[in-house]
Amino acid sequence: MAEQVPEKVAGEVAISVTGLTKIFGTRKVVDGFDMQVGKGAIYGFLGPNGSGKTTTIRMMCGLLTPDGGAGQCLGLDIVRDSREIKKRVGYMTQKFSLYEDLTIAENLDFTARMFGMKNRKALVAEAVRDLGLEGRAGQLAGTLSGGWKQRLALAACMIHSPDLLLLDEPTAGVDPKARRDFWDEIRKLAARGVTVLVSTHYMDEAVQCDHIAYIAYGKKLIDGAARDIPGQIGLSTYVVTGPDLSELEARLEAEDGTGQVIRFGAELHVSGTDKAALDALAEVERARGTHEWVAKRAGLEEAFIYLMAGAKDNFMLEPVS
Amino acid sequence: MSRLANIFAWSRFYAVLVKEFIQMRRDRVTFGMMIGVPLMQLLLFGYAIDTDPHNLPTLIEVADESPVVRSLTAAMDTSDYFDFIGIVTSEAASDEALKDGTASVILTIPPGFEADLIRGVTPELLLTVDASDPVAAGGAIGAMSGVVETAIGQSLNGPLSFAAKSPAPFDLVIHRAFNPSGETSLNIVPGLLAVILSMTMVLITAVAIVRESEKGTMESLIATPVTPSEVMLGKILPYVFVGYVQTAVFLLAARALFSVPFSGSFLAFFLGFNLYIIVNLAIGFLVSTVARTQMQAMQLSFFTILPTILLSGFMFPFAAMPGWAQAIGTAIPATHFLRLVRKVMLKGGGLAEVTQDMAAIAVILLVVVAVALKRYRQTLD
Ligand SMILES: Nc1ncnc2c1ncn2[C@@H]1O[C@H](COP(=O)(O)OP(=O)(O)OP(=O)(O)O)[C@@H](O)[C@H]1O
Ligand SMILES: [Mg+2]
Repeated sequence: MAEQVPEKVAGEVAISVTGLTKIFGTRKVVDGFDMQVGKGAIYGFLGPNGSGKTTTIRMMCGLLTPDGGAGQCLGLDIVRDSREIKKRVGYMTQKFSLYEDLTIAENLDFTARMFGMKNRKALVAEAVRDLGLEGRAGQLAGTLSGGWKQRLALAACMIHSPDLLLLDEPTAGVDPKARRDFWDEIRKLAARGVTVLVSTHYMDEAVQCDHIAYIAYGKKLIDGAARDIPGQIGLSTYVVTGPDLSELEARLEAEDGTGQVIRFGAELHVSGTDKAALDALAEVERARGTHEWVAKRAGLEEAFIYLMAGAKDNFMLEPVS
Repeated sequence: MSRLANIFAWSRFYAVLVKEFIQMRRDRVTFGMMIGVPLMQLLLFGYAIDTDPHNLPTLIEVADESPVVRSLTAAMDTSDYFDFIGIVTSEAASDEALKDGTASVILTIPPGFEADLIRGVTPELLLTVDASDPVAAGGAIGAMSGVVETAIGQSLNGPLSFAAKSPAPFDLVIHRAFNPSGETSLNIVPGLLAVILSMTMVLITAVAIVRESEKGTMESLIATPVTPSEVMLGKILPYVFVGYVQTAVFLLAARALFSVPFSGSFLAFFLGFNLYIIVNLAIGFLVSTVARTQMQAMQLSFFTILPTILLSGFMFPFAAMPGWAQAIGTAIPATHFLRLVRKVMLKGGGLAEVTQDMAAIAVILLVVVAVALKRYRQTLD
């Protein structure tokens, strides 16, 4: 029953939601969330812990009913047609949610059955092979290491070749080699027209995305192409090198109005939105002659640390689109 | 794909079923408990539980109305033990009443009883009690001698007082129907089957389903196109099988340890038993839609089991309970299953005798399933 539901994607948009709102108790956990994801895009979904990423993703695939707003996934209404959406979406949960008392092969087989795949045996064998777990297909999923559980869950949510992948922190705890393989695979899928929405806390992964949406306190603050984001925030950065960086870091942080000071190995990155103030500071520091201050384009990393640090009192920041 | 396939697909149902069987097989402790618990309870409960019955439905079988009959009915009315429900004139009618459970005590007054009494011949009164509930029967026998003695004493005053002598001027012949030796285990065993099945079926299903949400696997499960009915049936069916195993173990042990007979129709038992297992599984499913953790599921299950033990007629004779308790008892499947099993195993009943009990269970089942399906969440809200 792997019947191909006829494509009725509205234009080239895979996800289109407006005003999505979710209230738990009295707390607005997601507040008026808008998002457009083009077909075949890789969309990064970032935000501090508890900002509402998981909740938003759950609303998109019909696992939670929105308290407000509306939207479409693959041209289907997220509330009314959730069963049709589920058939074509691969959702990987943040917390491991396969059966720990089933084996690797049994878990994959169960998922394949649930999606009515015809050539189950072959699909399961292929998935096990791709995972590189041929010898361990009979191992209970609960006895896998954290990273392997993650990789198994990823394989399971892709077993029915979905048109849209919603991945909630898929690479948390996964080693660098496996993460690189994962991103290679994601890019291949995207090239074939599969849309991927992936939440992550890793900057090196955020850079891999075509687009990034940044959410804090349930509100979308930033949405745009990855490389434009530092510019959107208007962040300037100086790279500082020299002796006794820790001492300098402590001194700068104690000073008012310095902005953000982050240590990157043997460098200190000093950033702020007030370019004039930052330039003045650099001038003064250079005059001391102890450290080298070089201006550079603010990177994604500085931008997101800046956003996360500011999230607590940064509700004034209007969403940029 | 048709509309129906959107509501129920065999492939998905089968997937859930297979998964449940695998999980059940791997959970050795629970599996052992499912077999161990009935055996243990059988041994523990198999020995007497003493209770004092009241308001046993009582018939008087008598050919001719006489003043003695009137004073007997009056005496019964004032006694808590008996609830006088009427007079029958034939043995066939009283047998019928005893068999279908309308009456549990029958006092047979032979023709010419009064005349014999006056003539000074010691006449015989026959007391037939439904001893399939021996606790109730024992109490009835004890109480009846007193009641009859008082009644006859009263009717023999005035000009007839010469006939009133002591000891009593009559013999009370006792006939324990269905369980001649009055063994409590005979009665406890069918009741215990009802209670144990209810206990394990409700608990196991509730826990098995709540486990999915507690462990987080529910999120993956409902992210697939699975429907509530597929989940419900797929999860319930493996435990029907468990119910079969439990019952088989239980009945064999009951036969070996307590020589409990099985005198009625096996078909009647089998049908009623399946219905009873299913209704309990459905209750378990309902419990799972309320409980959020396995601990809550366990506590809620015990909560449903308490009335099953106390109000179904297992612990106390149903007739002895106050009206409100009987009303609650009527809504409990075990009450009807208990009657069904007693009728079939001890009284040799067939399908015809138990249709009413089965109908009652079926009605409860419909209500439970409707509420459970309505409550089952397809989302994580
Ligand atoms: N079922 C629930 N009931 C009540 N509150 C909830 C529920 N699920 C989530 N929340 C709350 O909603 C907020 C957003 O949670 P969510 O899981 O969406 O965050 P997140 O962005 O995915 O965080 P993380 O990066 O830690 O995964 C949190 O404050 C959380 O406490
Ligand atoms: Mg999350």
